[in-house]
Amino acid sequence: MQFMLLFSRQGKLRLQKWYVPLSDKEKKKITRELVQTVLARKPKMCSFLEWRDLKIVYKRYASLYFCCAIEDQDNELITLEIIHRYVELLDKYFGSVCELDIIFNFEKAYFILDEFLLGGEVQETSKKNVLKAIEQADLLQEKMLKVVH
Amino acid sequence: MVVPSLKLQDLIEEIRGAKTQAQEREVIQRECAHIRASFRDGDPLQRHRQLAKLLYVHMLGYPAHFGQMECLKLIASPRFIDKRVGYLGAMLLLDERQDAHLLITNSIKNDLSQGIQAVQGLALCTLSAMGSAEMCRDLATEVERLLLGPSPYVRKKAVLTAVHMIRKVPELSDIFLPVCAKLLHERHHGVLLGTITLITELCERSPAALEHFRKVVPQLVRIFRTLVTTGHTTEHSISGVSDPFLQVQILRLLRILGRNHEESSESMNDLLAQVATNTDTSRNSGSAVLFETVLTIMDIRSAAGLRVLAVNILGRFLLNSDKNIRYVALTSLLRLVQSDHSAVQRHRPTVVECLREPDASLSRRALELSLALVNNSNVRAMIQELQGFLEFCPLDLRADCASGILLAAERFAPTKRWHIDTILRVLTMAGAYVRDDAVANLTQLIGGAQELHAYSVRRLYSALAQDISQQPLVQVAAWCIGEYGDLLLEGSCEETEPLQVEEEEVLALLERVLQSHMSLPATRGYALTALMKLSTRLRGDNNRIRQVVSIYGSCLDVELQQRAVEYNTLFQKYDHMRAAILEKMPLVERGGPQVDEEAKESKEAAPASTDPQASKLLDLLDLLDGTSGDAQQPPPLDPSPEGTLIHLLDLPCAPPALAPIPNLKVFEREGLQLNLSFVRPPGTPALLLITVTATNASEGDVTHFVCQAAVPKSFQLQLQAPSGDTVPAQGGLPMTQLLRILNPNKAPLRLKLRLTYNHFGQSVQEIFEVNNLPVETWQ
Repeated sequence: MQFMLLFSRQGKLRLQKWYVPLSDKEKKKITRELVQTVLARKPKMCSFLEWRDLKIVYKRYASLYFCCAIEDQDNELITLEIIHRYVELLDKYFGSVCELDIIFNFEKAYFILDEFLLGGEVQETSKKNVLKAIEQADLLQEKMLKVVH
Repeated sequence: MVVPSLKLQDLIEEIRGAKTQAQEREVIQRECAHIRASFRDGDPLQRHRQLAKLLYVHMLGYPAHFGQMECLKLIASPRFIDKRVGYLGAMLLLDERQDAHLLITNSIKNDLSQGIQAVQGLALCTLSAMGSAEMCRDLATEVERLLLGPSPYVRKKAVLTAVHMIRKVPELSDIFLPVCAKLLHERHHGVLLGTITLITELCERSPAALEHFRKVVPQLVRIFRTLVTTGHTTEHSISGVSDPFLQVQILRLLRILGRNHEESSESMNDLLAQVATNTDTSRNSGSAVLFETVLTIMDIRSAAGLRVLAVNILGRFLLNSDKNIRYVALTSLLRLVQSDHSAVQRHRPTVVECLREPDASLSRRALELSLALVNNSNVRAMIQELQGFLEFCPLDLRADCASGILLAAERFAPTKRWHIDTILRVLTMAGAYVRDDAVANLTQLIGGAQELHAYSVRRLYSALAQDISQQPLVQVAAWCIGEYGDLLLEGSCEETEPLQVEEEEVLALLERVLQSHMSLPATRGYALTALMKLSTRLRGDNNRIRQVVSIYGSCLDVELQQRAVEYNTLFQKYDHMRAAILEKMPLVERGGPQVDEEAKESKEAAPASTDPQASKLLDLLDLLDGTSGDAQQPPPLDPSPEGTLIHLLDLPCAPPALAPIPNLKVFEREGLQLNLSFVRPPGTPALLLITVTATNASEGDVTHFVCQAAVPKSFQLQLQAPSGDTVPAQGGLPMTQLLRILNPNKAPLRLKLRLTYNHFGQSVQEIFEVNNLPVETWQ
C-alpha cells in the first residue's frame, strides 16, 4: 500500500498515512485531487478506480471515506478486507465508532492503524492481538504518567 | 489579557466552531504562538500535549515544521507517552528530505535495544514508515537481531521493517535472506505473514534469491494446506475463510516462484486446483482468495485444464451481484483475452451483458473486452450489440466505441455492403466522435465497390436529407452524391426502397449544406465540388449550379472562394473540358486521404496544365460535337449511339498504356548481378513499380542478402518483403523484391540502393546511386 486517507463528505482530512516518501506539497496535491475524484463518484459505483498509475480502493462508512492507494500487482478485493478490518478495530476500541471519535482522538486512530499495518503491509491478522496491543500500550502510558507525577 | 493555552480537545472544539476560514486561521495562529512559546520554555511534561495539538493543526493543512525538533526531544524522553506522540510526530512531520531526520537514528537505536516491547514497536514502526536509506544501513543489524528475539510481537514488526529496508537499500538483502528459512517455521500468523512478504520482496529484487527460494515451494504448499484444513479459528478468520490475508500472500509468493518454472508450477498445481474449487465465495474474503488464486494460475506454467478453470471462475465472477467482483473479473479477462482467447470467448454473452452496466468504469472495461472478442464468426452479432451500446453509452466512451466498431468492421466485415451499412450507422449515431480518417476510409470503400454505388448513394442521400449536422456523414454523402448523382436519379435499386428523387431536391440539399452554419469549411468544400460534378451528371440545365458557383466566388473563406472561381472558369472559358475534368474518379491507392487530395488537386489543376490525356478526350468530344447536341448526356442504360460517348465519359481518366520501359542493370560484382524492371500501371499515373532481381552466376552462394532503397523527399517508397535472402550459386533461383514508388509531383526520379550480403566468406556492403534511370519512370 502506498498511502491511506480518511476524509469526510466535505473533503476534510481526518487521517493520512503515507508509506512512500513525498514532499508536503506533493502530499497536499495528491490529497486534494484524490478527494475530489472520490467525492465525485456516484453511490452505486464500484469501489475501485484507476488514478494516475495507481489503483484506488475506497469505501464509505457513514460520513467517512476510507481510501487506499495500492500498486498494480496488489489484490483489490483483499484491500477491501483491510479497510473493513481497520473499521472493525476502530469500532471495537471506541465502542460503536463515529467520525467525531476519530476527530477528537486522532492520535489513537493512528496508534491502532500502526498495530494493524506496518510499512504498508499487514502485520497482524488477529483482531484480538491488535486490540490487546493497544490496550497494553494505553496501560503503559497511564502507568508512566502516574509514575512521574 | 493573555489567552490561556487550550487543551487538545478544546482546541479541536474551537476550530470546529469557527464560522469562517478566517476565524479558523485566527484561532490556529493564536494557538500556534502558544505552542511555540511552550516549546521554547514551557513545561517539558506538557510537551507531548503541545505537539499533539500541532499535529492536529498540521492535518488541517497548516505549517508545522517548527515542531520537528520537539519530536526528537520527545522521542528521547524516557516516558512512554512522550515517545508515543514523538514517534507519531516524526512519522507525520519528518521525512528523508529533512536533515533533522538523521538525528532520530540514535534514539531509534537506543529504543530498539532496550527491553520494553511497546517501545521497540514504536521504533520499528517509525523506521519502517520514514526510514531513509542511510538510517536503514545504520540500523540493519539491530533489526536483524530482533528478528530472532523472544517476542513474536517484536518479531512481526522487525520482519516488516526488514521489508522496508530492502526496498530502500537492496544490498541489505544479503543480511535478511539467511534468516528466512528459520522464520518460515513460525506458527504466529503475524510473523509468518511478514516472512512471506519478506521472501516475496527478496525474490522480486534478485534472480538469485528467486532461485534460492524455489525450494520452499513444497513447504509453502504444506503451510497453506495446514492453514486451510486445520480448524477455522475465529481469531484469524473472516466469514469462515481462514486468515485470507495470509492465504493471499502465500498465493502471491507461489505466483512469483512458479512463473516461468515448470517444476515449481507443477508442484503447486494440485493445491491451486483445490483452492479454486473449494473456496467459499459467498463473501468478499473468499472471493479475494479465489481471485488471487486465479491470478496465480494464469501467471505460472499451469496445466491447460487449470487455466480453463481459472477463466471460468472469472466468468462466474462476471455474474456476481457484487460489482466490485465484476470489475476485477473484467479487468483480468481483458489481460487474458490475447493469451487465452478461446477460453474467454466462451463468456462473450456475459461480457456483452456487462455493457449495460450503469457504472462507467465497468462499462468501459466491458467495451474494451467486447471489442477484443470480435472475430469472423460473431462479427455481425457483436457489432449489432456494440452499435446498441453506442447509442446510449456515456459521452466519454463514444469516441472509443465508434473507432472500435469501425476497426472491427474493417477487420472482419463479411460483405462490403454490410461494411458500408455499419460505417453509415456509426456515422449517423456518433459522427462527431469518429476519427478523421473515417471519411477517407468510407469514400475509399464505396469507391471500390462498384456494384454498391447505387445503393450507397441512395442510403447516404436519405441519411443526409434527415440530418445535415454530423460532419463526417455529410462529407461522405456530399462526395457520393457528387460522384454518383446520376445513379441517384435513375430510379430503381433492388436493395433499397424505391426513392423518387428530383434533381432540384438534390441541388437544394447540397445548397442547404453549403449554407448551413453547422457545416465545417471542409464540408462546404465537399458540397461545392459535389454540386459542380452534378453539372455533368444531371439532365437539367445548369443555371442553378452556375449561380451558386458564382456566388461563392466572393465567399470570405479563401478555400471556397478559390474553388468557386476555378469552377466558374470551368463553366465559362473551359466549358469544353468540364466533362472530362469532372469524370468519375479512379479508385485511389489505399494511401490515405493525402492521396485523395492529390488526385483531386491534379484534377483541378487541369485547366492550367497541358494534360495529354485531356487533349485526347477533347479530340473525341470535338469529333462527336457535330452529332450530339448535348455533351452531358444521361443514363448509361441508354443504348443509343450516344451511348458510346457516355461510356467514354464513364471510364476512369486513364493515360494511354505506355510502351514498356526497358530494364536496367544497376550492379555487378563477382558474379552477383542486380537488375531493375519498371512498370507504370495504367490508372495510377503517380505509381511506379520496380522489381529488383538479383542473380548469381558465381561459384559461391550469396547469403544474408538485404537490399534497401532511398528516394528523394517528395516521393513515397514502400519496400515489400523480398522472396528470400539467399541467391544460390551458379544461376540458381534469383531473388526478387518489389519496390513501390509514389511520385505525385512527377519529379525526376532518383534512387539510391544499399546492399549488404555475405559472399565467398566475406561480408559486403555497397551503396550507390542508380544512374541512367529511363525518363519514362517518372514523366
